Amino acid sequence: MKDFELLLREQAPQVLSALVRHYGHFDLAEEAVQEALLAAAQQWPTEGVPDNPRGWLIRVGSRRLTDLLRSESARRRREENAAQLAAPEEFVASGPDIEDLGGRDDTLTLLFLCCHPALSPASQIALTLRAVGGLTTAQIAAAFLVPESTMAQRISRAKRSIKQAGSTFELPPEADRDERMGAVLHVLYLIFNEGYTASSGTSLHSAELTTEAIRLVRGVRRLLPDDGEVAGLLALMLLTDARRPARTGADGTLIPLAEQDRSKWDKAAIVEGEALVSDALSRTQLGPYQVQAAIAAVHDTAERAEDTDWRQIVALYDVLEQLVDNPMVKLNHAVAVGMAIGPKEGLAVLEPLASDDRMNHRLEAVRAHLLEMAGETAAARESYLLAARRTTSVPERTYLQSKADRL
Amino acid sequence: MVTVKYMLLIYSNAESWAGLSAEQRDGLTRAHENLTRELTEQGLLVSAAGLADPITTRTVQVRDDTATTTDGPYAEAKEHLAGFYLVECDDIDQAIGYAARMPDAEYVAVEVRPVMDTSGLEM
Repeated sequence: MKDFELLLREQAPQVLSALVRHYGHFDLAEEAVQEALLAAAQQWPTEGVPDNPRGWLIRVGSRRLTDLLRSESARRRREENAAQLAAPEEFVASGPDIEDLGGRDDTLTLLFLCCHPALSPASQIALTLRAVGGLTTAQIAAAFLVPESTMAQRISRAKRSIKQAGSTFELPPEADRDERMGAVLHVLYLIFNEGYTASSGTSLHSAELTTEAIRLVRGVRRLLPDDGEVAGLLALMLLTDARRPARTGADGTLIPLAEQDRSKWDKAAIVEGEALVSDALSRTQLGPYQVQAAIAAVHDTAERAEDTDWRQIVALYDVLEQLVDNPMVKLNHAVAVGMAIGPKEGLAVLEPLASDDRMNHRLEAVRAHLLEMAGETAAARESYLLAARRTTSVPERTYLQSKADRL
Repeated sequence: MVTVKYMLLIYSNAESWAGLSAEQRDGLTRAHENLTRELTEQGLLVSAAGLADPITTRTVQVRDDTATTTDGPYAEAKEHLAGFYLVECDDIDQAIGYAARMPDAEYVAVEVRPVMDTSGLEM
């Protein structure tokens, strides 16, 4: 990414929050910021970056917002067929104080607004990437492999929902904050996952999403340095993303953790992630992201796959299961038990999951793996084939099919 | 994963189509127009189209590097594919909900199939 693009993305949330704080109208302010960013992307490369880039963006954005408010109120006047003037506050010229407002960091408030409970997760993600990440609609659409018109509708609908929910631009009340913080972290986690799961595919844009998610969670951590779960999530992303160079072969096939070339892992990211999670575990309240990061750290710090401390991983899954009710956690727990104790014990952990309707093809894939370890070749082959038929992922199907073929 | 794309495949057969009254056909068209509008507003619609009558189908087969073309659809069934919607939903239940609102589901059937994607979780 070019330097000025990164600069623009960093400025985007501050510019937007300055405008929303000053004028209200989240939906129109967001549009105005996008246009200011576009103008900067066109002008800065040739004319140079202004001395005060944020001030420049706020000035251009508020000029555009005033225009939008004028045409909006004109439209409304026509619709209502009333001759009265628009409310005076809608015509405020940018006052002398507006650039000072840009000095505050309202990114967190903005994140809370984008992760409003009235929105579906898909809309929360789109809006966060646009308003806080500064990505264009076209970039977000490309990352999610949908037409730009689809993404544009999703974003404008999200903005409308926020408007209808009557949200004001302030932090949610103390009582709701934990819950909303949970939603914010979950959205950042989903953005990361969307990028990470797609990074083996043909969509190059998706790899940018992991970078963007890491950048955003770093921003949240600067604002909340003492929150253990923010640190835990950042650590989890770093420790997972560190394996990216080794997880696909030259032809795009998936390489499972145990078979990856560990020399390709990103050492710096592992060191940073491990330090973050150890620090968080020692001095903050325990939470699921920290535990997941700790599990990732155990994997990442084993020199060879056979050096993996599976007993410690089993213990961490025990803790994680106390914190969250998620069948995927139980599934991973079964794999760890299979590795630490034995395949029969792992299969016993799987038993109660058979009736869980939240389960997908991965249950069958794990069963196949444990059956293979137990030497029950015929049953393992059948399970691999069933898992291959159930998955909707091409690389996974190829992988599972090849496991069945080898038996 | 955040969202999955689903193909809603609309099946029809010539007999049941011929048996519809003019009002029923108008109702069908309107229902699809409304559904398309709603899916577009929700930001869920990736693509949608009706397919021309199976009489216009050509089926191509290549055997020993030689392509042969025959008139008519591949499967010799009474039912044929009449159209599709490609939607992006949070889960299959949401996709089934939209399929159930198509009048075609009443007349013949609408099939819901997840689309394969080129990404995969680490295993």
